[in-house]
Amino acid sequence: MISPELGPILELRGIRKHYGRHAAVDDVSLKLRHGEFLTFLGPSGSGKTTTLMMVAGLQQPDSGQIILAGKPVDRLPPYKRDIGMVFQHYALFPHMTVRRNVAFPLEMRGTPRAEAERMVTAALAMVGLPDHGDRLPRQLSGGQQQRVALARAMVYRPALLLMDEPLGALDKALREGLQLEIKRLHREQRMSVLYVTHDQSEALTMSDRIAVFDGGRIQQIGTPSDLYERPATRFVAGFVGETNFVPAELLGREGEARRALVAGVPMPVSARFLAAPGTPAVLAIRPERLRLSAPADDDGGGVPAELVDLIYLGNARRFVLRLPGGQEWSAVMQAEAAEAVMLRPGDAVRLSWNEVHATAFPA
Amino acid sequence: MGRWRLLRALACTLVGIYLIAPLVVVLIISFSSAAFLRFPPPGFSLRWYANLANDPAWIDATWVSIQVLVPTAVLSTALGTAAALALIRGRLPGAGFLGAALMAPLVVPGIITSAGLYIIYRTIGLNGTLTGMVIGHVVVTLPYVIATVGSALRSLDPRLEAAAATLGAPPSAAFRRITLPLLAPAVLSSMLFAAVLSFDELIVSLFVGSARLRTVPVQMWSNIRGDFDPTVAAIASLCFLVALIALGLEALLRRRNGDRE
Amino acid sequence: MSTRRESWPWLLLLPAALVMLVAFALPVGMLLARAFTQPEPGLQNFLLLWERPVYLQILGNTVMIAAVATPVTLLLAYPVAHAMAHGNPRTRRLLTFLVLVPFWTSLLVRSFATVILLQRRGPLNTLLMNIGLIDAPLPLIYNLTGVLLGAVQTLLPFVIFPLYNSMRRIDPTLMPAALTMGASPARAFLRVYLPLSLPGLMTGATLVFISMLGYFVIPALLGGPRETMVGQLIQDQIGQLGSWGVAGALSFVLLAITAALLGLLHRLVGLKAVAR
Repeated sequence: MISPELGPILELRGIRKHYGRHAAVDDVSLKLRHGEFLTFLGPSGSGKTTTLMMVAGLQQPDSGQIILAGKPVDRLPPYKRDIGMVFQHYALFPHMTVRRNVAFPLEMRGTPRAEAERMVTAALAMVGLPDHGDRLPRQLSGGQQQRVALARAMVYRPALLLMDEPLGALDKALREGLQLEIKRLHREQRMSVLYVTHDQSEALTMSDRIAVFDGGRIQQIGTPSDLYERPATRFVAGFVGETNFVPAELLGREGEARRALVAGVPMPVSARFLAAPGTPAVLAIRPERLRLSAPADDDGGGVPAELVDLIYLGNARRFVLRLPGGQEWSAVMQAEAAEAVMLRPGDAVRLSWNEVHATAFPA
Repeated sequence: MGRWRLLRALACTLVGIYLIAPLVVVLIISFSSAAFLRFPPPGFSLRWYANLANDPAWIDATWVSIQVLVPTAVLSTALGTAAALALIRGRLPGAGFLGAALMAPLVVPGIITSAGLYIIYRTIGLNGTLTGMVIGHVVVTLPYVIATVGSALRSLDPRLEAAAATLGAPPSAAFRRITLPLLAPAVLSSMLFAAVLSFDELIVSLFVGSARLRTVPVQMWSNIRGDFDPTVAAIASLCFLVALIALGLEALLRRRNGDRE
Repeated sequence: MSTRRESWPWLLLLPAALVMLVAFALPVGMLLARAFTQPEPGLQNFLLLWERPVYLQILGNTVMIAAVATPVTLLLAYPVAHAMAHGNPRTRRLLTFLVLVPFWTSLLVRSFATVILLQRRGPLNTLLMNIGLIDAPLPLIYNLTGVLLGAVQTLLPFVIFPLYNSMRRIDPTLMPAALTMGASPARAFLRVYLPLSLPGLMTGATLVFISMLGYFVIPALLGGPRETMVGQLIQDQIGQLGSWGVAGALSFVLLAITAALLGLLHRLVGLKAVAR
């Protein structure tokens, strides 16, 4: 579906945007491939929406270049760029019926009437609202309104579809349904999509690649598993998924066996360590990668800890653990495995992990 | 809490009666059969309305009022809408000050505005003319139009225009297809209100009018000041009816726009 | 979308600005100038206002009537605006209608209606006598009572709407929250709700006071000679005496008071809030 041979549909080169002295977007560069679903993920104020707005032409970069389908579009107004955009609050025209809303971009492009009608019908069928054409937007539910907004942004098959937190105003169940729906449309229509969200699970579910934004910069860009399994910065490790952080001291020299002192115990660390030996570091380990064992069947290894609380999650259990240093960690196990270890709050445990799952970042 | 609710309901009822009762009384008296303003009337008749229909003074006054209110409403709405667009969408330096300056006739007593108009009209010969009257009425209605259209413009979601732009609409098309239709109810309702205000305007008309150019309120004013009979109540009732119709039309405009307030 | 300086806004603003300049600012300016130029240049008109007790008395009267009418209007408007802001939709619709009807009806018609209502043998006196509350008709008209009853009635809509607008923005859960923390309803109202509604209240008060200062129809129809207000005085100076100088000076004083009050309001709540 992603067609690398066609070259990027969108390329950003060194985009910057300042508000006064504050850099909202600070040197952002990336390429979006044909048919790719790329998500900008980040907390509010991280520059992701501003970047999207500059791609749409609704805001102007201070410097840098935006190249859409091989042509620089920096100075083109939004209506001359071949894009479609879905807004968080739908931005449906309240005085037009659903059909007129969807027909609007075709009208602006001078599509012949009969053809336009046919395309509108097809677009409404595509989003599952074939019978709602004559209603006004306010007569639809939030989820239906967002489907109409999708149909309106896709009906003219723009080169690039932009979505600014399109599901942000919907409740959880509806959001998850529409995530799959958008995913399906992306697959079937083979569109290139730039998607903005602050919801990391939404980003992981939907994207081919994710660009994590913080402080106006892209911290890391990669596939969901890249970000989750091999975060490039401590921010990414903390923002994408859940992570236990603990101060640690890296032992040895580069190139040697990699170990770190955690609560006084030497433990294995991933080869990919990003902090220099001998410097203070922070170790990041995902809750589901922690192994718990009772001290009795211990072979001497592992960080000692106390089980403080056991939280029932239905399909899994969360173990709240206190390390000798006082930090609290969290470990998650699937129900069956959790029941097999037979631990209760107050029990002493030992924690260990496979070395590939512990990443060290500079403190 | 119940006690406070009750107190509030009582206060609302009293204020409601206070606001409406005089108008209801006038309405009833206008159908009186008696030549004096006794209440309750001894009997009912339409003689005061017949009186009105046969009195050339009232017919002339009505005609003058219409000749003034129509151009006033149109001009005021056109100028006010344009000004509101400029003030809110124009990114003008000092827009806040300019807007406040255009609102000034709301806080300057009508008697001062009218006396001033009389002075300047005397030098250019506009006193007693329709043109002079219309200009005076535009001055007092313009602030309402600017305020109404301005607040509608402010509450218009700017994302709709942004959405239109991303969908391929150049600014002129976005304005024509999105902004203008969404603004239309506010523009029409401000035109309606300008017409009603012009129809009601007394002081400006009193100053810049003449014995031959008398609007309905001026005619009413001179009648009330003399010995009045229920004919005045009849015209007052008709004015009240006009206001009710205008109010109903306005409500209809709002509902069509889907405004639930 | 662009940030270029454009000329279209100026072109759109021009016609309205021109009308306001030529048919409002200039005339008012000319009237005020009369104060200093007629019958001859100097301050003699202001001196006259100061020396003749009748002028000062009428000015004082005007301010006094406005000062009495304002709190009465606010007091009556407050519960209505509150019910509109926080009552159920039916209450809100009914009250909105009841307030809108007089708002759209001419001041003259309403004043005339009040004259009829309050007459010596009018409906109100008849009603009060029939239910035995009074033995003889009360003097409700051609005195201060008449002016106040008429003025408050005409001013109510002008306060209820801004007040309603500011109350609508007050979170309705704040009062229950204060109650759960142990405040009595009265204390919760005084400490939480009233302060939050204060900007709307002050705006309403200023508007009422300023409008009242320029009142002309109400005192003429419902007041007696003792309730003569500045508006009537200006009218008399022009219409009957032709003394434009004194009329200008009176207008000057009236506008000075108005401007001072608006300035005060601006200091207290900001003019932006007023313009809304």
